[in-house]
Amino acid sequence: MRAELKNKNPSSGFVAWIDERFPLSSLITNHMTKYYAPKNFNFWYLFGALALVVLVVQLITGLLLTMHYKPDADLAFASVEYIMRDVPYGWLIRYMHSTGASMFFIVIYLHMFRALIYGSYKSPRELLFLFGVGIFFILMAEAFFGYLLPWGQMSYWGAQVIINLFSTIPFIGPDLSEWVRGDYLVSDATLNRFFAFHVIALPLALVGLVFFHLVALHEVGSNNPDGIEIKKNLDKKTGIPLDGIAFHPYYTVKDLVGLSVFLIVFASIIFYLPEMGGYFLEANNFIPADPLKTPAHIAPVWYFTPYYSILRAVPPILNSQFPGVAAMGLAVLVFAFLPWLDKSNVKSIRYKGHIFKSWIALFVVSFFTLGYLGTEPSNVWGQFSNAIPFIGGIDKATVVARIFTVTYFLFFVLMPYYSRKDITKPVPSRVVYK
Amino acid sequence: MADYQDEKIDKKKRSFLIAATTVTGAIGAGAIAVPFLSSMTPSERAKAAGAPVEVDVSKIEAEAMITAEWRGQPVWIINRSEAMLASLKKNDSSLADPNLDVISQQPDYCKNATRSIKPNLIVLVGICTHLGCSPTAKLQTKGDMGENWSGGFFCPCHGSRFDLAGRVFKGSPAPINLVVPPHKYINDNTVLIGEDNTG
Amino acid sequence: MKFLIKLLFLITFIFSITVHSNELIKLDKAPIDLNDHASLQRGARNFINYCLNCHSANYMRYNRLTDIGLSENLIKDNLLFTAEKVGEPMKIAMTQKDAKAWFGAMPPDLSVEVRARGADWVYGYLRGYYRDPSRPTGWNNTVYEKTAMPHILWKLQGDQKLNPERQTLELTKPGSLTAKEYDTFVGDLVNYLAYMSEPSKIKRLNMGYYVLIFLGVLLFLAVKLKKEFWKDIK
Repeated sequence: MRAELKNKNPSSGFVAWIDERFPLSSLITNHMTKYYAPKNFNFWYLFGALALVVLVVQLITGLLLTMHYKPDADLAFASVEYIMRDVPYGWLIRYMHSTGASMFFIVIYLHMFRALIYGSYKSPRELLFLFGVGIFFILMAEAFFGYLLPWGQMSYWGAQVIINLFSTIPFIGPDLSEWVRGDYLVSDATLNRFFAFHVIALPLALVGLVFFHLVALHEVGSNNPDGIEIKKNLDKKTGIPLDGIAFHPYYTVKDLVGLSVFLIVFASIIFYLPEMGGYFLEANNFIPADPLKTPAHIAPVWYFTPYYSILRAVPPILNSQFPGVAAMGLAVLVFAFLPWLDKSNVKSIRYKGHIFKSWIALFVVSFFTLGYLGTEPSNVWGQFSNAIPFIGGIDKATVVARIFTVTYFLFFVLMPYYSRKDITKPVPSRVVYK
Repeated sequence: MADYQDEKIDKKKRSFLIAATTVTGAIGAGAIAVPFLSSMTPSERAKAAGAPVEVDVSKIEAEAMITAEWRGQPVWIINRSEAMLASLKKNDSSLADPNLDVISQQPDYCKNATRSIKPNLIVLVGICTHLGCSPTAKLQTKGDMGENWSGGFFCPCHGSRFDLAGRVFKGSPAPINLVVPPHKYINDNTVLIGEDNTG
Repeated sequence: MKFLIKLLFLITFIFSITVHSNELIKLDKAPIDLNDHASLQRGARNFINYCLNCHSANYMRYNRLTDIGLSENLIKDNLLFTAEKVGEPMKIAMTQKDAKAWFGAMPPDLSVEVRARGADWVYGYLRGYYRDPSRPTGWNNTVYEKTAMPHILWKLQGDQKLNPERQTLELTKPGSLTAKEYDTFVGDLVNYLAYMSEPSKIKRLNMGYYVLIFLGVLLFLAVKLKKEFWKDIK
C-alpha cells in the first residue's frame, strides 16, 4: 500500500471508487476544506472570486451567442439585432455578455488595486502576480477583438485606429498592420479572424492562465491586508497556520455574500442600464459599420481610456506616432516590473509611510483623470490663451493628460527610490483581526 | 473540522441556513438555465419561415397532385378520383396499420377511411417515416410497380410502399403511415397547412 | 459597517460614470412611454404610413406589434403594406441603387435609429424643419443641418421660418394639424421608434424587478449564513 493513501479520508462506495482513479477527495480537502486562508481578508479580497464568476458568465453567454452570430461583414450587424429581437431571450444573453465585459474590467481593476495596496506582488508571489498581469493582457486583447464583432461604427473605427497603431512601428509597421487586417482596410477578413481569436484562441489562453494563477496562489498561499505570512506562525500540534481558517466553509460563505451583492449590481445594469449612458454600449455602435464615414467623435470603451489618453498625450517625435504607441504599451507592461521595483521592507499599505501612500494616491488620481480624458475629445476644455508661453494655443486637456502621463510613469520609475526612503511602521507578528 | 464539534454551535440553525441557501441557489441556477436553454429553441425568424402556408387547391386536376412547402418539407395535396378512393378499401388486408391506430400520424379530424377532411383531397407530409427520404409518387395503377399496384407512393431509399391514403404496406421498412399535417380549409378553394382549429 | 461604506463607494463610482457629457443643441424631451399602447399604436400607424416608403425597418417583424396590443388579424388587415405575411420584417421595395439616384444616399434603416441618435434628437429633428431656398429640397433643419431628407410631414406641420438672430422657429403657414397636434403626432411616432429600437425592453424592465427581488432574498440568506459560520472565528 502506498503511503499517501493512509492520509486520505476514509471514504466508501462511489467516492472511494472515484478516489482510486481520480484524486477527488484530496482535491477538495487540499483546495477547499483544508486550504487555510488568512482570517483577516477584507472587502478587497472578494474580487478574485468575482472575476472567476464573470469569466464563467462570459464563457457561457459567449457560447450561446456564437450559436446565432454570423462573423460576416454583410451579416454581422443584422445577426446581433437578430439576437436582440428574434432569438428567445437573446437580448438577455447579449446584455449579460456586453455588461459582463465591462464588469470584468471593473472587477479586475479593483483586484489589481488590491495587489497594489497590500503588496501582493512581493516575494514569494512574483510569479502569481506575473500570471495575473498576463491575464490582464489577454483580457484586453480579448475585449478588443470582441468589440469589433457587432460591426457597428464604433467597432469598425475603433479597430481601424488600434490596428493603425501597429503601422507606426518602425520598419515593419505597415506590413504588420496589413497582416493583422488581412486586407488594405478593416474588412470581412479582419472580422472573421477577430472572431476566431475572440472565441477560440484567447479564451483558451485566458482559462489556462487563470488555472496557473490559481495553482500558484495555492502553492504560496494568500497574502492579506497586513502583509504577514501566516505560514510563519503554525500551530505546534496540528501544523495549521494560527491565523488561517479553512477556505470552505468560511470563505465560501463570505464570498457568497459578496457574490450576491455583485449580482445585484450586475442585474441592475443588465435590466435597467445596459448601455450605461453610452459607456458599456456606445450609441454610434447602433449604426452599421461604414468604411466611408467616420463618426464625429470616436472614443474607445471606457476600460481602455486611460491608455488611450497616454497614447494621445505623447507628442509625435520626428514625425512618428510610435513614441505614443510605445508609451501606451509600456503603461500596461510596466505592471509586470512591480515585484522588483518595490524595495519597501513591508508589504501592506497599513505599515507603509506617507511617501508611498502619497504616490499611490497620485497614481490613482492620474489613472482616473487619464481615464476620464480618454472618453472626451482632446479639446474638451478648450485651449490655453496664446499669450501664455510654451503652452499657448495647446488644448488644456492635452496638457493635463501629459502631466498625468508623467506622474503615471513616475509612480513606477521612482518606486525603487521612494520605497526605500519611505519610513515604514513596525509590522506585528500576527494578523489584526477584531 | 474541530469547530463543528464546538458545543456553542447551533447545529440546527446552521443546517437550516445551509439548506435554505442551497435551495435558493439551486432555484437561481435553474431560473437562469431557462433563458439559456430556450435561446436554442426556434427563433422568431424560424417561426416566421415555418408559418402556416395557404395553398390553392382548386386547380388540381383529378388523379393529380401538387407539392407545397411547409417548414422546409414537401407537403403533397392529391386530388383522388372515385376509382382511387374505392381502391383504398381493398388494400386494408395488406397494410401494416389500416385502422390508423398510431395517433401521432394524423390529426383526429383525419382519422377516417380517406384520411382527409374532404374525401377526395388528402394532405400528406412527403417524408418517408423510415429515415426521412421523400417517396416518389406512383399514382397510377400497375406500371413499373407490378400488376397488383393500386396507386400510391414508393420510397426510393429503402423501398417502402404506401397507398393513396399514405398508409404503409406490410413488409416495408417504414414503421408507420405517412403523416397528415394539421390543416384546415379557409374557404372551398384554399387550404391552410400548419394550422387547424384545435389550437 | 465599513464594508457597507465601501460598497456604497463602489456603487456611486459605477453610477457616477453614467453622467454623460454636454449636448450641443438643447433638445426637448421626447414623450417616451412604452406602456402607453394607444400612443405606440398611433405611432406604428404613422410610421407605416409616412416613413416605411423610403425607410426600412429590416429587423422589425410585423407580428412583433402584438407586443403593443395589436392582434395579428388587425396587423394583417390594416398595416401589412410591404409584406405578405405577418411574420415578415418591415422591408421596403426601394433598392440601394434607386435610392442613390433619388436622394444621393440610402435612407437609413430605422430599426435601431433611436438607439443611435437618441429619442430627443429624433423628436427635435422631426419638429425642426424650416424653409431654406438654398437647399435642393427647399428645407433645412435646426437639429441636423443640411439634412438630405425633405420635410415629409410638411402638409401636417405647415411651413416654418428660422429666425436667424434667436435661432428659433416660427410658423409662417399652418398645416393641417395645429402645433400641439403635430407635436403629439411626432411624439407618438418617436415613441414607436423608441419601442421598435428595442422591443424586448418592456419585458426586460418587468423581468428585472423579479430578478432583483430574488437576489435580495439570496443576499439575506447569504448574510445570515456567513454570520452564523463566522461565529467560530475569534
